[in-house]
Amino acid sequence: MDGLLNLSPEEWTAVRLSVRVATVAMLTSLPIGIGVAYLLARYKFPGKSLVDGIVLLPLILPPVVTGYLLLLTFGRRGVIGSFLAEQFGIVFSFRWTGAALACAVMGFPLMVRAIRLSIEAVDRRLEEAAGTLGANPFWVFVFVTFPLIAPGIIAGMILCFAKAMGEFGATITFVSNIPGETQTLPSAIYTFTQVPGGEAGALRLTLVSILISMAALMVSELMARWVGRKIWTA
Amino acid sequence: MTIEVDVAHRLGAFALEVRFTSEGRLTAFFGQSGSGKTSLVNVIGGLIRPDRGRISVDGTTLVDTASGIFVPTHRRRVGYVFQEGRLFPHLTVRQNLMFGRWFRPPQERNVQLETVLDLLGIGHLLARRPGALSGGEKQRVAIGRALLASPRLLLMDEPLAALDDERKAEILPFIERLRDEANVPIVYVSHSLAEVSRLANSIVVLRNGRVAAVGNPAEVLSRAELVPQDAVEEAGAVIEAQISQHDAQFGLTTLQSKAGLLRSPYLDLPIGTIVRVRIRARDVMIANAPPVGLSALNVLPGKVIELRKRGETVVEVYIDCNGVRLGARLTRKSVETLGLTSELPVYAVLKSVALDKSTLGKSPLSANRGADLGVQLQDEGTEREDRRRGLTSQ
Repeated sequence: MDGLLNLSPEEWTAVRLSVRVATVAMLTSLPIGIGVAYLLARYKFPGKSLVDGIVLLPLILPPVVTGYLLLLTFGRRGVIGSFLAEQFGIVFSFRWTGAALACAVMGFPLMVRAIRLSIEAVDRRLEEAAGTLGANPFWVFVFVTFPLIAPGIIAGMILCFAKAMGEFGATITFVSNIPGETQTLPSAIYTFTQVPGGEAGALRLTLVSILISMAALMVSELMARWVGRKIWTA
Repeated sequence: MTIEVDVAHRLGAFALEVRFTSEGRLTAFFGQSGSGKTSLVNVIGGLIRPDRGRISVDGTTLVDTASGIFVPTHRRRVGYVFQEGRLFPHLTVRQNLMFGRWFRPPQERNVQLETVLDLLGIGHLLARRPGALSGGEKQRVAIGRALLASPRLLLMDEPLAALDDERKAEILPFIERLRDEANVPIVYVSHSLAEVSRLANSIVVLRNGRVAAVGNPAEVLSRAELVPQDAVEEAGAVIEAQISQHDAQFGLTTLQSKAGLLRSPYLDLPIGTIVRVRIRARDVMIANAPPVGLSALNVLPGKVIELRKRGETVVEVYIDCNGVRLGARLTRKSVETLGLTSELPVYAVLKSVALDKSTLGKSPLSANRGADLGVQLQDEGTEREDRRRGLTSQ
């Protein structure tokens, strides 16, 4: 066991990178995810089903396709990629930021879905009541809607994080598999399985993956329970 | 305390077209379900934007479609007590109560937490969450929450409808105190004749989205045709009476009314208090001579002014007792046997036990003391104490 978890510096790099990529992907997509979920749950507008479809698309498309689409749009020569690179100096291709973008796109539908369901479950009459008590729409969201959907937001975050930790196809297509830059846990495991004598390394990283996933699940469970207790019990 | 409403609004197949002016502390919207009461309250509260019209409260315009005025709900300063309470489940009772106060600038906060806790008897609930409250407690907290937002108008939409009779009886006195002691005009929506007749200073009867009548309870409720069909059994005259005597030996209270002396079961209120009595038409008997050998304690002389047939069996007989219009529901057979006709002198007979909790309450006329709530409550407490002592020493 000791030997098994005795990671080499390169392996540690892959672990740290994976956690960083997943965390950044989750946190940056959170505000957008809440916004889109709110939009889809509360408003009717022309083209709503199109927006809904686009949000869900990465869930259905083969990840490699999503990665390739990202390469086309956010790559050096892509429409958005070249614009961002020229105007702001932000580069995605073959950088860890690109890995985070790929993970965010892949985790986004899961996050939006969880949050949207919780928004739809909110009793809007409570928001009306808050309005009659003098709260403008912003404060109604802060004091009533947000606390009531917090469990859904936590669930959405953990789903997004889990998806990001396991993301492989889109990432490797978009930003390749560069140790120290874009080589996340799944890519590292894949690399180990491609070379002779790499089984021990693959197994070590597999165990680490399991540990991180379990830990994330437990943290989310604790948070959800804590929030739930605050909200629903005496 | 003037509420002026003149609005029209269409909701699917239902058209609301309402115009009235009401003064007084408690205006009741009375009518069957589906008559437009709740829609009207939602229009006043800003939850519905009317197609056309004008609403003003005490001279402040809340809606005027002609000049494009629509004050959004959160700036209206209307406290709203909903039928189902709508307490915030994620907040404690204290946080619920303080919610509206937080949004009020300090100079506009004219209601103190202690006052509200006293008024509604909810001080012991502060640390709980709504999930741990009974229906009656929830509704009292909801009332307190609305009050603490320092509203200039309090809307109450069937606040008792979801409660059983015992809980209703528990909350009604609190609403009476609210009406008499808090300086906030109230709009009270109900389909219950018992509640409306007990609480209202003025009544707006709604039917199919239109105003069928506006007036004080005595005028409106004595006219059976204005009372919703499902409440006809409860209909009757509403009169004000003053407590003139307590009879400790038999546990009775004597009330002086314009129609004559009434005796009711003992009322725990000081002598001189004005109460409101609803004399249900179905509780009134008619005699064509002074009755003898009768158990009923209340006999009011008067004369028949109107007879109105209700179907094959029932006749509503209206009697003028010294200027007070009393109704009696009799069978057609009795009416013919007694030979009741207009102008005939008769005696209205009423059992004392017909005057109970559901037909008797403190009158809005009894509220003529000043504004400081805390002091008043204390006053009342000591008076009640004195009365109890006086009673036992008799």
